[in-house]
Amino acid sequence: MDFNLTEDRQMLSNTVRRYLADQYDFDTRYGVLDAAPFHSPAKWAELSELGLIGAFVPEQQGGFGGTGFDITTIFEELGRGLCPEPMLAALMSARAAADCGAAALVEELVTGGKRIALAVFEPDADSLALIRTSADKSGDHWVLNGRKSVVYGLPGADGVLVAARLDEGLGLFLVENPETVDYAMIDGGGAGELILDSATAICLSENAGDIIESALNAGRLALCAEAVGVMEVLVNMTVDYLKQRTQFGRPIASFQALQHRTVDMAIEMEQCRSITILAASKLGSDAEAKYIAMAKNLIGRAGTMIAEECIQLHGGIGMTWEYPGSHYAKRLMMIDHQLGDHYAQLHRVMAS
Amino acid sequence: MDLSFTPEEEAFRAEVRAFLSENLSPELVRKGRNSESLTKEEMEGWHARLNARGWLAVTWPTEYGGPGWGAVERHIFDEECALANAPRIVPFGLNMLGPVLIKFGTNKQRAEILPRILDGSDWWCQGYSEPGAGSDLASLKTRAVRDGGDYVINGQKTWTTLGQHANKIFCLVRTSTEGKPQEGISFVLVDMDAPGVELRPIKLLEGGHEVNEVFFTDVRVPVENLVGEENKGWTIAKYLLTHERTNIAGVGFSTRDLEKLKDLSQMLVRAGRPLAQDPLFAAEMAEVEIDLEALRVTNLRMLSAAKEGAASGTQSSMLKIKGTVIRQRVLSLTRTALGAAAAPFPVEDLPENAVTVPEDARRAAASYFNNRKLSIFGGSNEIQRNIIAKDLFGG
Repeated sequence: MDFNLTEDRQMLSNTVRRYLADQYDFDTRYGVLDAAPFHSPAKWAELSELGLIGAFVPEQQGGFGGTGFDITTIFEELGRGLCPEPMLAALMSARAAADCGAAALVEELVTGGKRIALAVFEPDADSLALIRTSADKSGDHWVLNGRKSVVYGLPGADGVLVAARLDEGLGLFLVENPETVDYAMIDGGGAGELILDSATAICLSENAGDIIESALNAGRLALCAEAVGVMEVLVNMTVDYLKQRTQFGRPIASFQALQHRTVDMAIEMEQCRSITILAASKLGSDAEAKYIAMAKNLIGRAGTMIAEECIQLHGGIGMTWEYPGSHYAKRLMMIDHQLGDHYAQLHRVMAS
Repeated sequence: MDLSFTPEEEAFRAEVRAFLSENLSPELVRKGRNSESLTKEEMEGWHARLNARGWLAVTWPTEYGGPGWGAVERHIFDEECALANAPRIVPFGLNMLGPVLIKFGTNKQRAEILPRILDGSDWWCQGYSEPGAGSDLASLKTRAVRDGGDYVINGQKTWTTLGQHANKIFCLVRTSTEGKPQEGISFVLVDMDAPGVELRPIKLLEGGHEVNEVFFTDVRVPVENLVGEENKGWTIAKYLLTHERTNIAGVGFSTRDLEKLKDLSQMLVRAGRPLAQDPLFAAEMAEVEIDLEALRVTNLRMLSAAKEGAASGTQSSMLKIKGTVIRQRVLSLTRTALGAAAAPFPVEDLPENAVTVPEDARRAAASYFNNRKLSIFGGSNEIQRNIIAKDLFGG
């Protein structure tokens, strides 16, 4: 048994951590929050040069990583640095493209020549079985009709992979120059609505149900790891603040009631780290869906508790835009809203 | 034991309902339903309508223009206003300074200031908290030093709600550093446009502007702006914090928000069926409804005790804790109900065709984050627990 990162992953972790600490401070984050594409294309290019996208894809598919621990190593650092770059979209779309055998596209993604998103869910469709977007063959190309909702990383993307219904099962299609309605998100980063009005598309797979579900599971695992990174920052910030804030003539950290609540936050964080490690170890196995659902359920519940307690224990300061902790707390809360919340994950665990 | 309201009280409720349906504009109701913030003019307009009916200064005795209501009438009024999505009465002049002047002010102060609160000539804000004095309010450092017929004030206040609309501020200031910290505090009234007063906005985590910092640099205030005795301001502060907290449980707001959530859960589709049919989500809605029903009766029991003059600080602290926790849970469920569609932001700037959720739910995430304040302001829930613990354990 060995819970240490391999030397390569430790290096990757250090590289990403150092890059974000040196090159992606809060002013950079504030600078990209308000206007499309809601991230920094220049910083994106630099992160991609560090090899992040390649690390999401297995070697035999054109990348140089692709295991659960490659994903969690990177996303934990993205969480620690509260990075709003559209890395979740990159992860899911690169893995889906790779599983479809789209080698040329994967190469463009890994080298940073192209950035794309993955569009699956619809206003009334939060699972694959409910997808209504349709794909029809027209001569030598395909035509898509429908609407995809809250597509992460859509603003400014060079293209989007779209899950659409065929006569039998789901296909995965590449739409270049998509028609989008872009917006910012309350916890940073951008998303958009994808309007498919007879959109021309290239088919990557006519039998993509399992491929899409697997890409979504990788995304859920990534969100869990990102949450763990965020939690660690919030717990440390809370400890530091309680030690430094003086009321009634002493640091408020001296009050046992507040100590115990902070301790509970730290315990939950350790539990979340453990279940994320467990889920990462199952990626690619038959038990992947169950363990990733378990992880994301616990992350959702514990994340709410940690974010709310962090704000409460900071008092008014925790309510302000100026305090970085409030942005970390918002991100942690909103992770529960992505790719199925703790209720959806609990249903999946109960059904497994 | 009888849990029903008297026929007189029910008649009063009908009267309030009729007033609200006649006087609330559709635009105010829409904004209330959507949790949108109101303009200064909208808040003043609503105050004027209530004032015309004699229902604005709900805590004041009739001789000063109050309606002469008891605790039960006030409760019914608050509940009906919340259910109708009426604007909240801005409390600083009406529910805070007014009662303070009535109890501690001079006749001259009452005669000059109270009518201007009622007719909207003055908008008051509150200068209590400081960066270093929050839960430990008595450690406040803003100094007021006598110089002839004036106090000269230097220091800083913070978390000043709606200070951006105010032309007046009531402040706790330090007039003595002798003895216990509580013994050197005075309550003074300051013009916001006096030289040396500077207001700076604080942006909240969801992007809103409700609170401010207020800086005082050599601000001169005539000595007659002192309320009560010099160095006795702590008594006034305590009076204000423990006896004028109307509607502290917020039962009306939680009831309204829970009804909205139930409606929403019928409209939103999750896993191919209405969210209300998801047993996990439905169970949580039911739990919070149970908590709220209990709180409704706890609130009435304490109102009833207040009517008999037996209300205590402990009771209002319990109502504050439970009321805020329940409301926050309702708002958290509402945010969760939207799923991925809770994220688009800021709602006011969203392009056409950007969102697919009902209009009155679009601010669910922003409203959830904003209302984390409920358990922090007005004496944090930790401070309320201290008050209750003191009562339970002595000391």
